[in-house]
Amino acid sequence: MRKIAIYGKGGIGKSTTTQNTVAGLAEMGKKVLVVGCDPKADSTRLLLGGLAQKTVLDTLREEGEDVTLEDVIKEGYGQTRCVESGGPEPGVGCAGRGIITSVNLLEQLGAYDVTRFGTDYVFYDVLGDVVCGGFAMPMREGKAQEIYIVCSGEMMAMYAANNICKGIVKFAEAGGVRLGGLICNSRKVDNEAAMITEFAKKLGTQMIHFVPRDNMVQRAEINRKTVIDYEPTHGQADEYRALAKKIDENKLFVIPTPLEIEDLEKLLMEFGILN
Amino acid sequence: MKSEKSRYIMPDAEDVKQEILQKYPAKVAKKRAKSMVVNDPEAGQEIQANVRTIPGIITQRGCTYAGCKGVVLGPTRDIINLVHGPIGCSFYAWLTRRNQTKPPTEQSENFMTYCFSTDMQDSNIVFGGELKLKEAIREAYAIFKPKAIGVFSTCPVGLIGDDVHAVSKEMQEELGIKIFGFSCEGYKGVSQSAGHHIANNQIFKHLVGLDDEVKGGKFRINLLGEYNIGGDAFELERIFDEVGISLVSTFSGNSSIDQFTNAHTADLSAVMCHRSINYIAEMLEKKYGVPWIKVNFIGAEATAKSLRKIADYFGDTELTAKVEAVIAKEMPEVNAIKDVVKKRSEGKIAMMFVGGSRAHHYQELFNEIGMSTVSAGYEFAHRDDYEGRHVLPGIKVDADSRNIEELEVQKEDEKYRADLVAKKTKLSESGYRFSDYDGMMPEMKKGSLVIDDISHWETEKLIEYYKPDIFCAGIKEKYVVQKHGIPLKQLHSYDYGGPYAGFKGAINFYKDIDMQLNSKVWKMIKAPWENEPELVGSVAYAEY
Repeated sequence: MRKIAIYGKGGIGKSTTTQNTVAGLAEMGKKVLVVGCDPKADSTRLLLGGLAQKTVLDTLREEGEDVTLEDVIKEGYGQTRCVESGGPEPGVGCAGRGIITSVNLLEQLGAYDVTRFGTDYVFYDVLGDVVCGGFAMPMREGKAQEIYIVCSGEMMAMYAANNICKGIVKFAEAGGVRLGGLICNSRKVDNEAAMITEFAKKLGTQMIHFVPRDNMVQRAEINRKTVIDYEPTHGQADEYRALAKKIDENKLFVIPTPLEIEDLEKLLMEFGILN
Repeated sequence: MKSEKSRYIMPDAEDVKQEILQKYPAKVAKKRAKSMVVNDPEAGQEIQANVRTIPGIITQRGCTYAGCKGVVLGPTRDIINLVHGPIGCSFYAWLTRRNQTKPPTEQSENFMTYCFSTDMQDSNIVFGGELKLKEAIREAYAIFKPKAIGVFSTCPVGLIGDDVHAVSKEMQEELGIKIFGFSCEGYKGVSQSAGHHIANNQIFKHLVGLDDEVKGGKFRINLLGEYNIGGDAFELERIFDEVGISLVSTFSGNSSIDQFTNAHTADLSAVMCHRSINYIAEMLEKKYGVPWIKVNFIGAEATAKSLRKIADYFGDTELTAKVEAVIAKEMPEVNAIKDVVKKRSEGKIAMMFVGGSRAHHYQELFNEIGMSTVSAGYEFAHRDDYEGRHVLPGIKVDADSRNIEELEVQKEDEKYRADLVAKKTKLSESGYRFSDYDGMMPEMKKGSLVIDDISHWETEKLIEYYKPDIFCAGIKEKYVVQKHGIPLKQLHSYDYGGPYAGFKGAINFYKDIDMQLNSKVWKMIKAPWENEPELVGSVAYAEY
């Protein structure tokens, strides 16, 4: 069982990329568990067809200790098992603590039991930046071993990716977590692919795939589906299939070497102002 | 014992200091050196205080929440002190200081025997605890119908951002009683001192000045910084009663919130623990013109001196006569016991590391029975408590202190006591000292060792070098010290004793110290490894 966490700047397309990639893996016959680690609880919407999901924390709050896996895990596209941590309303409580509570509970309930579920992949889809300890939970020892960072050629996305790498270094030294690569979710920035390839190289990793921008993703989302599910023959579906395959075959797992801010800015200057 | 004592040679404080520092890493030694001063009362030395504790050093200090809830508000009987947080924060801060209270009648409110908490659980942390806090306030109100509820923030409340002030305000409107919050999260500030300041601010903001009725009594004072540990306040009330001084309020030993609301009608504030309550004393003067003086009722001589000082302020011959009469009446009994005890205690040495005033005040009591304090220090005091208030303008306000709100207080014209201001001006001209505290260091002997925020390593070294006859600190130090075969007197909770304030208190103290000093049990204690070595082995030699 491979445990993968997807990080990246808020709004970069982590949930969309994760679910579309998971659909690709499911299509390959892989058994996947998706754990949404975002208080908004929208990490499994495309796989579940918009089905409103009762979150782990809501269930825990309402049912008390008497929670079973069946209460919180729903089956979605391609027999993927979907679960949402959930969390408080914006501006109250502690979402980070919520993730910790939720991931611990899933472990205790045996959600990761390989013999029972034959799971090949667990995906953690984590909210935006790693703002506090709670959001680093999936990186801790025994949780995710592989991290993929979704980014684009936009400066703030790369800045966030670099910061996440700093977090990975900290946890990599203590535990076994490694960076598997950058997923470039294109924003049609100048020289985007070349820049992210170079950025990845400087981080000691790879740009595992360049996902081109296509309105088909938006259309599928409106229909509460992944592209593979909604328009399986479309070119964009093949992009996600390609990404799924590359992740499945990936062998490059590294402790990243985050850049100094000056170096990051230099990189942006070189590639961004070329033309 | 006697011959042992006569051979005793007082170690050189500078040597002890260097010996202690030697073991520290260079950076730690550099910082700790500034908090350890070989005292010279004439030299006007500077000591480092109220700065962050070095992690790992084993400090005596407590947290901001403890200072706010436990120390300042803990002794007030008719306010429900509701702790918003996990249950332990409330339970372990509940009556551990042995602060007593005596409601005027059997029916009067007294909530101190209850322990109130919102008992936050995991889901309250995740989803926010404001709802649970509201429910707890409603429940407390429904059961007890108190006239006031104070809400105390613990660490997690600060981390998740529950707004105790907004909830308190909303509940005050809903229930129609006084409800206010304290942002006294434990992690704030460098010690419990921050909590005292926060408590002072909120009491002043929400309670002081609400009740303008000038109640009875000719000589009306506030007693500030007295917490009725072991019944201290009862003894002081007895004395004030006898001399004819009326207590308008006490902050906060044996107190009620009605007293706080009325405190601005007093003619004088007398401050005992300068560290924990000087803020209210200052604000009372600034807003209402009520002057303050420093007093000390720990020690019979100190009590007499403080009573005379209060009498001098009022300048009333009848009061002065009454004070002298009471002193004359009380002292023979005090002296009788003192003389007996002194025969056994004379020449013995004490150390005390406690509080923000106690390490100073209790030296008086030891002096009275012929003992000297060779080393002392505070847990959470600031420089002014060591060096005197004259250093206040020069104290650097660091980021930790800026984190604590400083109330902006304006003069309130309608209630301002111009008569008291005039009285203060006149008395000051004749040399009467207001708003002043000389601190501990000018009153300690030359060559004594003053240490702020002492660590366990330093404590053990002091014991090794000085071999004190008694050590005064708190429960966290008690057994470590006693394992060295040296009795420890707790000056936070008085162990099981007290009162120690006033005349009767002095007698209690002499007797208790006598008992501890002269109990042979300390010399009989031998740790197992003192009788037989821990490891037994033999050494084999071989020559080639």
